[in-house]
Amino acid sequence: MMLIIKYRHYAGLILLLLLQSCATMRGTGDLGVVIERASGHVTIVETTLGKKLARISGLGDLSHASIVYSRDERYAFVFGRDGGLTKIDILQGMIVKRVMQAGNSIGGAISQDGKLVAVSNYTPGGVNVFSSDTLELVAEIPAVYGDGKHSKVVGLVDAPGNRFVFSLYDAGQIWIADMKKSGEPKITRYKNIGKAPYDGLITGDGRYYIAGLFGEDGMALLDLWNTKAGVKRILDHYGRGEKKLPVYKMPHLEGWAVAGTNAFVPAVGGHTVLVLDMQDWKEADRIPVYGQPVFVMARPDGRQIWVNFAYPNNDTVQVIDVLSRKIIKTLKPGKAILHMEFTSKGEQVWISVRDDDRVDIYDTETLKQVSSMTADKPSGIFFAARAHRIGL
Amino acid sequence: MNKIKINSNEHTKRNLIFITLLFLLFSSNILAVEITVERQSDLLHLLKHDCGSCHGMTLKGGLGPSLLPADLSAKPVSALQHIILEGVPETPMPPWKQMLTQSEVRWLVMQLQQGINDVDN
Repeated sequence: MMLIIKYRHYAGLILLLLLQSCATMRGTGDLGVVIERASGHVTIVETTLGKKLARISGLGDLSHASIVYSRDERYAFVFGRDGGLTKIDILQGMIVKRVMQAGNSIGGAISQDGKLVAVSNYTPGGVNVFSSDTLELVAEIPAVYGDGKHSKVVGLVDAPGNRFVFSLYDAGQIWIADMKKSGEPKITRYKNIGKAPYDGLITGDGRYYIAGLFGEDGMALLDLWNTKAGVKRILDHYGRGEKKLPVYKMPHLEGWAVAGTNAFVPAVGGHTVLVLDMQDWKEADRIPVYGQPVFVMARPDGRQIWVNFAYPNNDTVQVIDVLSRKIIKTLKPGKAILHMEFTSKGEQVWISVRDDDRVDIYDTETLKQVSSMTADKPSGIFFAARAHRIGL
Repeated sequence: MNKIKINSNEHTKRNLIFITLLFLLFSSNILAVEITVERQSDLLHLLKHDCGSCHGMTLKGGLGPSLLPADLSAKPVSALQHIILEGVPETPMPPWKQMLTQSEVRWLVMQLQQGINDVDN
């Protein structure tokens, strides 16, 4: 009798402990953040069950906002358009700290060692570097060129060696900021890399930095394993002979779509996805698509490429099969598709449908929608697994 | 005196007619700009979210320049209209004439110059 009572006692205790651990302990590896840009909110989501966990307000102007994660995947750093940098605790669903660090910003990066967060600014043009722990300013890098003008900074990424790499839109330059001594960044400048670099990316291995050029056909390539070789022009004149089409939304290069030895990139202005051979950086193929591509993203295994488009074709997503380089599906998820994010191993893709106030979740094998959640004018979707990827 | 008075009355009448005609002429110009409430809301939505991708959702500028009244109100309507319809060569500003009519663009320019109250759009 005593034994049974004791046993019962323990069972209760175990149950209590289990319940407690459910309520208070969990990892963040399957969490993510959805930007709700119009109202200055973000929603924290859980990707395994596809549900919302918490909603945080007071983040300012989140148009074109983006996020990087601390390497413990607990904190998200939100870069707002209004120059706000906000550190969010995604476990507790709350703002840890928020600073207004510039007048007009366009994204950021977190350093290799996870200790520094850099923000690229339009006004005043330059990069500000903060401690990821306290959000205290540790370095300012004004993007000064020519006779003292400031350039807007775009395409800021982290690179191995605790470096940040970025492009100067107005100056046509690429800079490397070596942050090994965080208080005194060592800057290497590459000039005349081409007109109006509009975005930049780094390959997943951290070796190549590539800036897309708006002012001319082509891209600027910097080999970070051989920085002395300088910046090389690739895909030069890829649009030659064609009538230039106006661009209704700047393409993004984030999430460089690499599949095998090929990279898939948006053509500027053309209704085309370009296929690059990464051995010689020459154009290997071009795939006609529905509109001007904005995001060209590879499923994590590189088997499919998902593409969304600029206004007025922004109601559509196309899926390209990498082996055949053919479009295997044209989806019409809704009004104004802004962003797509794959789960870490790619069985699902989450799509923000801004004007229908929804985030739709698709199965990437069946290419069918599996579920959906409401969100207020959702734009960027960022999953915590980005924490461990170079350049994201 | 009476005659003169009549004359002056006739004058006033003529002036009135002239002014009315002028007004009609002018307002017919404005009437050409008449845009349905629904379309106005579409246009503001486009402005905020799609123009906003370069000019900022609050129109204070981004890759493209600020579109706030302080920066636009002193500029001639026709020049701004031309920029939107035709785009600006050598810059990312595309021509919108295939998507927007002249009167829609004129209406948008007038909204921009006055300043747009934050429309929940």
